[in-house]
Amino acid sequence: MSLSKHLRSAITEEMDHHGGPRAAMLESLRMIQQEHGWVSDEHLEEAATLLGVTTAEIEDVATFYSLIFRQPVGEKVILLCDGASCYLNGAEDVRDAVMKRLGIGFGQTTPDGKYTLINICCVGGCDHAPAGVIGRNRKLVGPLTPETIDEILGEDAK
Amino acid sequence: MSAEQPLTGRARPDRRPHTLKEWRKLGGYDAVERGLKTMTPEEVLDTVAAANLNGRGGAGFPAATKWRFMPKPGEAPGDGPSYFIVNGDEMEPGAFKDRILLEAVPHQLIEGAILAAYATHASEIIVLIRDAYRDAIANMTRAIAEAEKAGYLGKNVLGSGFDVKMWVHPSAGRYIVGEETALIEALEGKRAVPRKRPPFPAQSGLWGRPTTVNNVETVSCVSHIVGNGAQWFRALSKTEEGGTKVFGVSGRVNKPQIIEAPMGTTAAELIERAGGVSGTGVLRCFQPGGGASGFLEPAEADIPLDFAHVAKAGSMFGTGTMIVLDESACPVGVIARHMAFYARESCGWCTPCRDGLPWVAEIMARLERGEGRMEDLEVLRDTVEIAGPRGRTFCDLMGGAMSPLGTGLARFGDLFEAHVREGCCPIARDYGRAAA
Repeated sequence: MSLSKHLRSAITEEMDHHGGPRAAMLESLRMIQQEHGWVSDEHLEEAATLLGVTTAEIEDVATFYSLIFRQPVGEKVILLCDGASCYLNGAEDVRDAVMKRLGIGFGQTTPDGKYTLINICCVGGCDHAPAGVIGRNRKLVGPLTPETIDEILGEDAK
Repeated sequence: MSAEQPLTGRARPDRRPHTLKEWRKLGGYDAVERGLKTMTPEEVLDTVAAANLNGRGGAGFPAATKWRFMPKPGEAPGDGPSYFIVNGDEMEPGAFKDRILLEAVPHQLIEGAILAAYATHASEIIVLIRDAYRDAIANMTRAIAEAEKAGYLGKNVLGSGFDVKMWVHPSAGRYIVGEETALIEALEGKRAVPRKRPPFPAQSGLWGRPTTVNNVETVSCVSHIVGNGAQWFRALSKTEEGGTKVFGVSGRVNKPQIIEAPMGTTAAELIERAGGVSGTGVLRCFQPGGGASGFLEPAEADIPLDFAHVAKAGSMFGTGTMIVLDESACPVGVIARHMAFYARESCGWCTPCRDGLPWVAEIMARLERGEGRMEDLEVLRDTVEIAGPRGRTFCDLMGGAMSPLGTGLARFGDLFEAHVREGCCPIARDYGRAAA
């Protein structure tokens, strides 16, 4: 599936915006991901063609930034904070409980395609520790406990 | 606005940002009017210098001194803009202070950025914000559009002849983006690998143009300094370093929170205001300024927290967001998490950091599993020696990582040894896993 007309024009517009095609690469990847959840090879190549950069150049950027996903992710991406303040408040018990509940580890997606679990550096939610950010809009959740993880996973995780 | 809490006093409890109209009613943009209409760029800069405003991003470098490196009009080589960049890539473990300033009081940051750009002869302002701060990105984008519409941004701002544009650059992860030259690489659309200095950004920064990068909190102070004067700002502080500080207190405290208090407030007072130490209720140690700051102990809880005093105590004030450990929390465990974090976040450019940090992280994990050897501790001490603060690495990431490790080894050497000798974490054994 190729990029929508809307995305194609947004990418072209971004190129004229600030600093030219190179500077537009990251924002283009972000826009693609916001719409599709991740960045496929096909979309990456299409963006490269639109921007007039090589596939290698845009891949170089895509693979450096940890929150550009180059593999399909679940409907809900769960980013669990592994910063020290969360650790000190039981983040690893929450992590273990989420992993057990979903049957996956960090960097994995549930077989039904509903959840992807990723660890992330301090999410700036130390006043809600242990914290995480969830979904495409990166909603801050916390303090999490092994007992209340169902609330963030939702009923369909059972 | 509370005089004691100029930066956060106007923030709403739910962090809903003010509209421009609401902000104007609270005195918003008065300082911009004053600065642009009645002061020269040099006068704005001199006022900030007289206020003793030190950078709040970690290094504590005097903001005005950094600004003075920027060329005056006609002095910059070639044609093109100069840039003023606001660093909102808050990712230091334990740091959550810039989030509130970006989310709840975006107009305050815009005011400061306009005045800073004016003082540094910059014509474009970019606010880089980390991906996880989506509310901050949205609120800042909306506030910029309002300010632009009202004529505080754009051509000939308030009839002063000063032109300035401002926009938000949402980032996409990686701790190293917060390093100022890596941040510039990121804005240019490259992998965020730090640059060699010199040339410094003020000489050759974004796209080779003069550039200043300042932290969100630093910039948020500027309108208050221009609006109320340098003396007023200095009087907010209990020490020589001007202003209040947006402190953070988290880890083992009962009510982890942001506390804006005078620069020079003690850890003891901040911990008390955060509901006291949780867990056993007895303080074991704390990191005063986030993950990359060295450990301090209860005897040091009464020193005034500012850049000079904390450095003198052998640590670093850093972001001013402290991580608290009670008696049932193990510093070795905390250091192990920090090392895993810094190892993962290395950009991979230079060898000591790329290869050394994973090795250190592996040793720390081994110690925690109770499989450590005494010679492991020698390797850790050697690594601190080689790569410690101001060590032989390309940027400060690894040097920063060595601060908790080095101070941990120096202050809690017996605990490290006990992990090896007893084949387990003695604190977890005594207090249980949940505690440690």
